[in-house]
Amino acid sequence: MGLLDLFRRTPATANVAKERLRIIVAQERSSRGAPDFLPLLRRELLEVIRKYVNVDPDSVQVNVEQDGGHDVLELSVSLPEKLR
Amino acid sequence: MTEIIVVTSGKGGVGKTTTSASLACGLARTGKKVAVIDFDIGLRNLDLIMGCERRVVYDFVNVINGDCTLKQALIKDKRIETLHVLAASQTRDKDALTAEGVRKVLDELIAEGFDYILCDSPAGIEKGAHLAMYYADRAVVVVNPEVSSVRDSDRILGLLASKTERAEKGNGGVKEHLLLTRYSPRRVAAGEMLSITDVKEILGLDVIGVIPESPEVLSASNAGTPVILNEGTDVSEAYGDAVARLLGEERPLRFIDEAKKGFFTRMFGG
Repeated sequence: MGLLDLFRRTPATANVAKERLRIIVAQERSSRGAPDFLPLLRRELLEVIRKYVNVDPDSVQVNVEQDGGHDVLELSVSLPEKLR
Repeated sequence: MTEIIVVTSGKGGVGKTTTSASLACGLARTGKKVAVIDFDIGLRNLDLIMGCERRVVYDFVNVINGDCTLKQALIKDKRIETLHVLAASQTRDKDALTAEGVRKVLDELIAEGFDYILCDSPAGIEKGAHLAMYYADRAVVVVNPEVSSVRDSDRILGLLASKTERAEKGNGGVKEHLLLTRYSPRRVAAGEMLSITDVKEILGLDVIGVIPESPEVLSASNAGTPVILNEGTDVSEAYGDAVARLLGEERPLRFIDEAKKGFFTRMFGG
């Protein structure tokens, strides 16, 4: 590194990388091993719900959880502010 | 007792083949009988890195199909007597590799008394990558301190935990290790690159080696010499340490701190 480099430092972005990876890896791990139809199920549910309520695409969560010996399909839909 | 080790990563270009070649050399150097197999069917490259590309007569798929014997296809390394290379086929037939075929070759190598079989996985998560890991006892996951490589490694860890014989049969699973390549202590110190601790935390695994970024890797591949054999270089030493750790030795990580620079280099570059 020479004298000139002191004036044009690259920004420290490693922390940003770490934070982004932490979130995406956790998310992908939680959906690992889940049935392949979940994304499609989620999309179709969203379409149906949107016929009645204009919800945000991110407001529909579909997860498969292990509960003892059972797999539980968990649906969570958060409605927009106005309806509450 | 033969140990089957897969060298894998998900992402391409992170140093799987470089790592396979160097680990194979390092293990064979200790007198162990080692075979290193190129699973990248259609894109053979391990032979180039090992420097034996002009000696390939028969390949992995030829052995599976019974076109030749395993002995005819194994290329004996000219530098290390106990080291053998099995080249990938250049066929475009995606179904050339089968689980039964791979099992047959592995069983034959085991019967021949090999101590280690290294499987150099292709990039991606398709058939070649799947079969390279399927029969493994251990996995070395090669990762660059970079977002896409880390994410893909996590995908591969998921597959190692579910789509391998050990996982399916519940034999305690595949033992996994991380190997960081292209690590730049200077950029880590400047906050520009993920650190060893960051990668360990995100993937939840310990590292078996950290290979510093170095021009040595390219010059070794230019010459067809596995970089571990370029003695006296940081990269060679770092791979040597990784081999020792694979063999169960405890060694502290080296070449992970920024080299101290003198006043002159700091001012005028170097």
